[in-house]
Amino acid sequence: MSRTNTHKPLHPTQEMDPVAPAIEVRGLHKSFGDKKVLTGIDFHVDHGQVVCVIGPSGSGKSTLLRCVNRLEEPTSGQVLIEGIDITDPETELDRVRSRIGMVFQGFNLFSHLDVMENLVLAQRKVLGRSKEDARKVAQANLDRVGLGERGQAMPSQLSGGQQQRVAIARALSMEPDMMLFDEPTSALDPELVGDVLGVMRELAAEGMTMMVVTHEMGFAREVGDKLVFMADGVIVEEGDPATVLADPQHKRTKDFLSRVL
Amino acid sequence: MTRTQRRRAIHWSLYALFILLVIAAIALADWPAIADNFFLLDGIAETWPTMLLIGAKNTILYTIISFTGGFVFALVLVLMKLAPVAPFRWLATAYIELFRGLPALIVILFMAFGVPIAFGWRAPGGPVGAGLLALMMVAAAYLAETLRAGIEAVPPGQIEAARSLGMSPAQTMVQVTLPQALRIVLPPLTNELVILIKDTSLLFVIGIAASEKELTIFARDMMSSGPTAGTATSLTMAAVFYLAITLPLTRIVSRMERKRGGSR
Repeated sequence: MSRTNTHKPLHPTQEMDPVAPAIEVRGLHKSFGDKKVLTGIDFHVDHGQVVCVIGPSGSGKSTLLRCVNRLEEPTSGQVLIEGIDITDPETELDRVRSRIGMVFQGFNLFSHLDVMENLVLAQRKVLGRSKEDARKVAQANLDRVGLGERGQAMPSQLSGGQQQRVAIARALSMEPDMMLFDEPTSALDPELVGDVLGVMRELAAEGMTMMVVTHEMGFAREVGDKLVFMADGVIVEEGDPATVLADPQHKRTKDFLSRVL
Repeated sequence: MTRTQRRRAIHWSLYALFILLVIAAIALADWPAIADNFFLLDGIAETWPTMLLIGAKNTILYTIISFTGGFVFALVLVLMKLAPVAPFRWLATAYIELFRGLPALIVILFMAFGVPIAFGWRAPGGPVGAGLLALMMVAAAYLAETLRAGIEAVPPGQIEAARSLGMSPAQTMVQVTLPQALRIVLPPLTNELVILIKDTSLLFVIGIAASEKELTIFARDMMSSGPTAGTATSLTMAAVFYLAITLPLTRIVSRMERKRGGSR
């Protein structure tokens, strides 16, 4: 809540490493009770990279994404954000999270606040920005997603596509180093998907580091720098999106792609 | 007869029956006796201002004090009940179960008479203070359960969104969870406020000074003295005052709810 919050180190001893990948996952396991959801994930996202994660439902791709900002607690393994191990209890998790934007399948706009207040809240409470500064940043991000006029609207008055664009603007207002997208278009009517993908395309073009769990193969092919295919809690195949989509090496990838393409 | 006609005939005969019953009730009632016992007009004209300024005022005052106090206490109980530390949870659960299980009257008597004898401690504000403290304690138990239900009804995605933006658990609770929980439980909360308004009448069991009387005690004492003595007129007046407090309240809240529903 204090303004000095921003200057607190992310970790008492570990330093941010500028050459480390933006996101690095090492030997990640995650179980819910007896159910093993992730069984040994190793992968990384470099700065400025757009990595798309695809796979059948239940493959663990959303769980992996949620482990990256520890919304899900990894059972074992490490998650490093810009070289800082966020599974270490000493890490200032809230500070790290404030630098990782997250967009959910269900939008999750604060339903008791209007659009502007949705964008302003965390800027004020987490970054300690003044009301004027926060509103300025919020307005710029609303303009960016094409909803500059809707600041006074309540989330319920917006279409799903508009809500998702507000959610993206809310995450961007924190000026994050990277963005996580958890099936951002899966809950949308088909005609609204394009607007949201358009905003994400622009973000990618501006060089934002992005990890996107998605079913949009077209987006993955055109925008992604890397495609990761997951099944049954492991990464089966990864590589250049066009190559993986056109010439999958593994049977599971082939089966999956033949069903969705 | 077609089906529609038959339904219409049944419909109208039910109306006719209802009107007949009302007419019969009016015709058979002993109106002078009712007026003498429940609506002594001279007495009403003479006593309603003091009843308003003392009785109704105190009822409202006691309700506000015990609801506010109970609400704050309930928040503490809820946070304890949701705390990661098990003994806090046990303590809150034990408290809630205990005070929801006891009649408010028993708690009032305990606080007003039991506690001073047993511990030599008297609540500030004399017997009324002790009674209000008891009402707070009982209200807190009910309000805590209501608030917990509200907090648990807030969609988890709302909390995840707040946490993913870097808000701490405390900030998330204050800025996101509680405001939404309160909206969700507004109707049951009103219900508890109305119950509390009526429960202030239980303070009659403790002896209190004339200026501290609330509506029920005021009316009961007027049955034995003053211009309406020997009749139930004062009870009718108290009843009207209670309704004058509770009916607008429930109307205001249901309007607030409709407004909120519109903006959803």
